[in-house]
Amino acid sequence: MLDLINVSYDTQIPNNVGLSQDKKVLKALEKWHPGYINWWNDLIPQNFQESLVYLRTAVSVDPKGWAKFDYVKMPEYRWGVLLAPQVEGRTIPCGEHYGEPAWQEVPGEYRNMLKRLIVIQGDTEPASVEQQRMLALTAPSLYDMRNLFQVNVEEGRHLWAMVYLLHKYFGRDGREEADDLLRRSSGSEEAPRMLGAFNEETPDWLSFFMFTYFTDRDGKMQLESLAQSGFDPLSRTCRFMLTEEAHHMFVGETGVGRTIERTCQVMKENGIDDPYDTAKIRDLGVIDLPLIQKKLNLHYTLSLDLFGQEVSTNAANAFNAGIKGRYMEARIKDDHQLKADTYTVWDFEDGKAVQKEVPALTAINMRLRDDYTKDAAGGVKRWNKIIEKFGIDFEMALPHESFNRKIGVFADRHFNPEGQMVTGAEYDKGLPEWLPTNADGDFIASLMKPCYEAGQYAGWIAPPKVGIDNKPGDFEYVKLHMA
Amino acid sequence: MSKRIDFQTDPSRYRHWRVEYDGEVANLVMDVDEKGGLFDGYELKLNSYDLGVDIELADIVQRMRFEHPEVKVVVMQSGKDRVFCAGANIRMLGGASHAHKVNFCKFTNETRNTFEAAEEDSGQKYIAAVQGSCAGGGYELALACNYIMLTNDSSSSVALPEVPLLAVLPGTGGLTRVTDKRKVRRDLADVFCSVEEGVRGQRAVDWKLVDEVVPNSKFAETVQERAREFAAQSTKATGDKGIELTPISRSFAEDGSVSYSLVEVAIEREAGRATITIKGPEEDAPDSTDALHAQGADAYLLRVARELDDAILHLRLNERELGLLVFRTQGDPEKLLAHEKMLLDNADFWLANEILKYWKRVLKRIDMTSRSLVALVEHGSCFAGVFAEILWSVDRSYMMLEEFDGDNRPLATVTLSESNFGTYPMGHDLSRLANRFWADGAEAEKLRDRIGEPLEAEDAEKLGLITYALDDIDWEDEVRVFMEERASFSPDAMTGMEANLRFVGPETMETRIFGRLTAWQNWIFQRPNAVGPDGALQRYGTGQRGDFNMERV
Ligand SMILES: [Fe+2]
Ligand SMILES: [Fe+2]
Repeated sequence: MLDLINVSYDTQIPNNVGLSQDKKVLKALEKWHPGYINWWNDLIPQNFQESLVYLRTAVSVDPKGWAKFDYVKMPEYRWGVLLAPQVEGRTIPCGEHYGEPAWQEVPGEYRNMLKRLIVIQGDTEPASVEQQRMLALTAPSLYDMRNLFQVNVEEGRHLWAMVYLLHKYFGRDGREEADDLLRRSSGSEEAPRMLGAFNEETPDWLSFFMFTYFTDRDGKMQLESLAQSGFDPLSRTCRFMLTEEAHHMFVGETGVGRTIERTCQVMKENGIDDPYDTAKIRDLGVIDLPLIQKKLNLHYTLSLDLFGQEVSTNAANAFNAGIKGRYMEARIKDDHQLKADTYTVWDFEDGKAVQKEVPALTAINMRLRDDYTKDAAGGVKRWNKIIEKFGIDFEMALPHESFNRKIGVFADRHFNPEGQMVTGAEYDKGLPEWLPTNADGDFIASLMKPCYEAGQYAGWIAPPKVGIDNKPGDFEYVKLHMA
Repeated sequence: MSKRIDFQTDPSRYRHWRVEYDGEVANLVMDVDEKGGLFDGYELKLNSYDLGVDIELADIVQRMRFEHPEVKVVVMQSGKDRVFCAGANIRMLGGASHAHKVNFCKFTNETRNTFEAAEEDSGQKYIAAVQGSCAGGGYELALACNYIMLTNDSSSSVALPEVPLLAVLPGTGGLTRVTDKRKVRRDLADVFCSVEEGVRGQRAVDWKLVDEVVPNSKFAETVQERAREFAAQSTKATGDKGIELTPISRSFAEDGSVSYSLVEVAIEREAGRATITIKGPEEDAPDSTDALHAQGADAYLLRVARELDDAILHLRLNERELGLLVFRTQGDPEKLLAHEKMLLDNADFWLANEILKYWKRVLKRIDMTSRSLVALVEHGSCFAGVFAEILWSVDRSYMMLEEFDGDNRPLATVTLSESNFGTYPMGHDLSRLANRFWADGAEAEKLRDRIGEPLEAEDAEKLGLITYALDDIDWEDEVRVFMEERASFSPDAMTGMEANLRFVGPETMETRIFGRLTAWQNWIFQRPNAVGPDGALQRYGTGQRGDFNMERV
């Protein structure tokens, strides 16, 4: 009997998909494995590869108790193939095949579309590890370093998850695509990652937190919509990935929150009430709130671009085909086919941004982006609670969706963060107030000094409220190997 | 579509392309202005093109040959990030009338042929430097280049996604060039044309879809290196000085008639007819290549070619209800032959060669024009040499026999020249005489004996050079009856019949494109599976797939 809840370790690759009985796919994965290990080894600086990191490893796909924590050297991490349990009698949740039994094999007519979606998703997973590869060198604490590595190994596992689908369901083409996932690399001139935002480097820890809060949340939304896929193996894969993804956003939200908290604390201790008294604040070695807002502006808008054009043929095709649904598709009360529905999107007419109704089918991206914005607003509210608690008069806010866009109707036009159209000159003038400048970047970089003592934290960030796995404050999350 | 489409443009008016001249290499950059569509209702996203974009390209190719003979290699590339060219704009196609689609495809096909032939005809080699996605008409642009380089960034690809995506064909030569020119094995071509995302990297070379893949970081450098190499290998003369293609003189009358300096287009709308009258040269032929060069765009045979070319294009696109085109000439055949002889004698001089090659294209354009074509060889006409080709391009010709009452013009003659035996081959590589006398090739060769002899109607008819010789009594009536009869037939049947009868014998890649590929494409363009309200082309962008009638026809 196949145990589909607990992870089997009877092959080199932990899995709950009966790999040991699926010789063909096992062989393909084993062939791909060394390339993956090489990729990992070349990526993360050597002394961290040798270090013991307190990581969680999935041992089950049961939502309760799916992971166990232990020290592990990252190259020995048990990356595996884990799918959420199959739901009996699941049907296709949307599109023209609505209500038909979910596909267990790839439907021929949608093979290419499916492969494309999986490849794009797969391409983002290793990309973020590449973007973050140097951060451990400046970790503000062992706790944060451990969180970074946790995120990294799980993104690595997400790559495995996508590669498994490619190997299992897409034959020779799939194997080639899997190889290319290791060939492309973030920021490479030779073979860059597919999406723009994944070719930008993550230069410092505040960027990392913003990235995991905003950009991983885009990943979450994409996974949510792929979890609605009528292609059941993809749905099951993504459902399990979402379990892991939640932690990444936790790292982001608490990371930004702790940075804000520390800034407020230091301001108070030094009797500074004006959040715009930035020179003084920076002299105290913490990041001023306006700069945090600028970083927020940057990462939020970069992430909005990842949703693509407001009106998109590809997204419409994927929804109609039933291979990608909407966020919480099952909870939406409509025909799930969008035959006659419309949806409001931004467009540009006579030099003005206007909202107009378009066929809902073509506005799938826009809808997901709107859901994303709602989802992203929650953390901002909690950050403002922290500032409020310190009695400082400052409020973080998501900028208007027209600001700083490179894709969609607002691209290449000048808007301020409030969403008003401005002239090129006004834009240039406002920019240093709206987005991090080089000087801002230099300042943040100057704070990025490693703090490797257990229980100690860099001066610009507050310690967490509780430890990982309920460990005490001085727990040694990473036993550093110092060669 | 009441707006008149103008085929005349110049670099100061380009919106979609730019050319950077760098000695023997020209960098031709496609950077389509999204907002620059010829019509409303679509945006030219992702370097997609419409007729307006192609008119500029045709102009560039033409100017490259006449204004920049120093150029030996042209590098076609994209000015956009991550996309080479997405092909013909789908929304434009979805919204266009059948007739516009057909004319659009024909013109783009002619433009592709023109730059494809530039290497052989003019020693200008086109390289396609592909970075980013290169799909459909984008790949067809590249296919018409003489050499294709693809970056190996593991996402750039070449693709012909028309069939899976739009339920139409890669109709701008795509299917044909893949097999006939690139020599992709036909089963691999079948695979290639069925996958939306196309083929990238080394496989694209293995399948012969591109000539070379290049590491992305070295792409620009390698492309320029290759361009220099090709330029160095070129046998084209170095340092030729171009001439300026000055604006043609053209005016439109109220009734739509068009006057050029040497060509008149008279329109009889009721009769569905346009009469194109070409004036022979008044001045003597230039006596040296220097003199020819000094005349530049005013050299008689160049000027008249440009005007005639524009007239044909104008009639094709803007006067679609004129089903009959009547060709007339008036002038001194001797003088005309002297102008042509000057070019033939100096064919190794680049400008003479270019003018002759241009005539080859203009005459092909007439062969390919889907109208009933007739030539009237009247007294005072100059159907000699290059103009005689028109007689064998059209569907029928009528010639005045003997003197006409009250007509004191010189008697109508037809005069052959050396050029009629191969200087202006048709699309299937036969001369028009060989095409005409397909039954007996020797008969065409025998005509060589008559070169230079002004042949009057009786002889011309006997030799088979014209359809009918008619005397003063019959002329008016016969010609009138023919025209009226022609105007009464179904235009579709006429187009089909004429297109079949104009070409006999062998096929070439070019005729396969204009014949087989275009005919199938135009059939598909009429079928509900593509263009019906639930067809793939109409539904493109809505997210819904085409609803196909699965009956095989
Ligand atoms: Fe992930
Ligand atoms: Fe993540």
